Amino acid sequence: MTESEGNKNEDCHAANGVKPGRNGMVKNHHHHHQYQKQEKVYHAACNGELYSRPFIESFEETPMLVAVLTYMGYGILTIFGYLRDFMREWKIEKCHIAREREEQKDFVPLYQDFENFYTRNLYMRIRDSWNRPICSVPGATFDLAERSSNDYNWTFEYTGRVVKDVINLGSYNYLGFAENTGACATAAGEVTVKLGVGVASTRQEMGNLDRHEELEKLAASFLGVESAMAFGMGFATNSMNIPAIAGKGCLILSDELNHASLVLGARLSGSTIRVFKHNNMQSLEKLLRDAIVHGQPRTHRPWKKILILVEGIYSMEGSIIRLPEVIALKKKYKAYLYLDEAHSIGALGPNGRGVVEYFGLDPKDVDVMMGTFTKSFGAAGGYIGGRKDLIDYLRNHSHSAVYATSMSLPVVEQIITSMKCIMGKDGTTIGRSRIQRLAENTVYFRRRLREMGFIIYGNNDSPVVPMMLYMPAKIGAFGREMLKRNIGVVVVGFPATPIIESRARFCISAAHTKEMLDRALDVISEVGDLLQLKYSRHKVLPSLDRPFDETTYEENE
Amino acid sequence: MDMKSMREYVCWLYYQYLLITGIYVLEPWEKSIFNTVLCTMVAMVIYTSYVFVPIHVRLALEFFSELVRGQPESTVALMNSP
Repeated sequence: MTESEGNKNEDCHAANGVKPGRNGMVKNHHHHHQYQKQEKVYHAACNGELYSRPFIESFEETPMLVAVLTYMGYGILTIFGYLRDFMREWKIEKCHIAREREEQKDFVPLYQDFENFYTRNLYMRIRDSWNRPICSVPGATFDLAERSSNDYNWTFEYTGRVVKDVINLGSYNYLGFAENTGACATAAGEVTVKLGVGVASTRQEMGNLDRHEELEKLAASFLGVESAMAFGMGFATNSMNIPAIAGKGCLILSDELNHASLVLGARLSGSTIRVFKHNNMQSLEKLLRDAIVHGQPRTHRPWKKILILVEGIYSMEGSIIRLPEVIALKKKYKAYLYLDEAHSIGALGPNGRGVVEYFGLDPKDVDVMMGTFTKSFGAAGGYIGGRKDLIDYLRNHSHSAVYATSMSLPVVEQIITSMKCIMGKDGTTIGRSRIQRLAENTVYFRRRLREMGFIIYGNNDSPVVPMMLYMPAKIGAFGREMLKRNIGVVVVGFPATPIIESRARFCISAAHTKEMLDRALDVISEVGDLLQLKYSRHKVLPSLDRPFDETTYEENE
Repeated sequence: MDMKSMREYVCWLYYQYLLITGIYVLEPWEKSIFNTVLCTMVAMVIYTSYVFVPIHVRLALEFFSELVRGQPESTVALMNSP
């Protein structure tokens, strides 16, 4: 990131290079005036015209003072954690948490690793921000059962009061289909009365109803693929189907920040797994080249197949996969692509068809298109779409198809109705208007948060908005202060994120009206001032695409 | 009213101190232990600097001023001797 970058800027009219490094952090070296000069850049000119629209993603670097103070905070809490553990060990204090029995004290210790230490001494102290019981449908607002604790979060009691109309910024309710009124709920109710709730069998035995077949045909036409198959659980879709399509002698290239279901599926398959840096195409290309040149580890035979596992939107970072580049690489090196669109289906693209439509690409280029019905469709379950021979193979060989109970019918009906609504097949324009409202809400919310001075990660178009908190005490304080002001947010810390990069994650919904968003933004600004969360040192931040060539990867090293 | 807003400002500063050091999540007796230890260390630092810093500063100034004054005398002595 030196003068050579400046020269490249003049050549290709792109602004500085921003490559997400480890953990999605980017060294942002560009100057404000340079950005102003190049505002009218036509981004498709870079990267060989792969991108038809600007790809603006940014991960601002952690300010040095904040990082130092965060480490200091964790250090102080660790010292107190050791003190409390000492007191528990010497029976000065009653121990509330699981511990080994007296008879097991010579065995290998179970609870001495850092994760258990962290749970006992840090997570328990701020645990009232998670697992809050809800007593209404989690739409744009919800009702909360209040609870209090007398012994510092070891046990909770209900006060009996219900907090009403808490604005919901935590549910994955992107298109607002999590509701108990409307066409979807009515259709699900009718089918429950007619056909019951339980199916009591697997797909291969007696559990294949005509509604399942219709759902699969509808999903295939929605995605633009030949055939699709639906499963009862999104996590199980990944973890049970990757072992069916990859095995020993195959190579899996998986992104650094992939979801646990993809990691579990890859490990269960028994293939060799190699990890490339998050959203970093040079890292992926290097791994592909190495794999093809050197082959399998000892025998140097060619790999049976190379499978690239990526997600459409990464929910902890809010970043969108660079799909045109991945597809170009896949075609060049003859690998297969498995795209997990859990968060991006329904939420991206002018017709809600996901990240493939967002970039204007052909769905036939993606070999396995996987997604879940949990987020945008307001139901449960997952699907896999692709060529007909692949899906027929999975029907016979997938563990989930053979052993898992098939989807419950009200859920199937909810998916069918919501999918028809999004496609416009029910004759109304509700679907289209929801997709447009989600896009507007996303852009508006992100722009306002950036202007206020918070550090926001991710792509400008992704409805998942992570806002950085960094310090451990602010995680608990933010959750509590927002709830006091009637806004429900999700805060995330270690181990879901790197230890100093704790964040609050907002999920924008089409069900949020502009007034709700304005109220939420005012409250977030107020709490941000109270807790001093406005860390951003640049008021205008977006980063633009950078053409890559051989040298950029070495610069990153 | 000025006293009230002053008090509120001090309360807000204390809140920031609790958040930044991470003490906010601890139980009250742990907060007291940490505050006691920190205040003791700060008091010791202040006492030490009150007792020793003026003496050291004076000695340092004397040392440097003697260097500067000593310089022209010694060069004159060198030039005069053959």
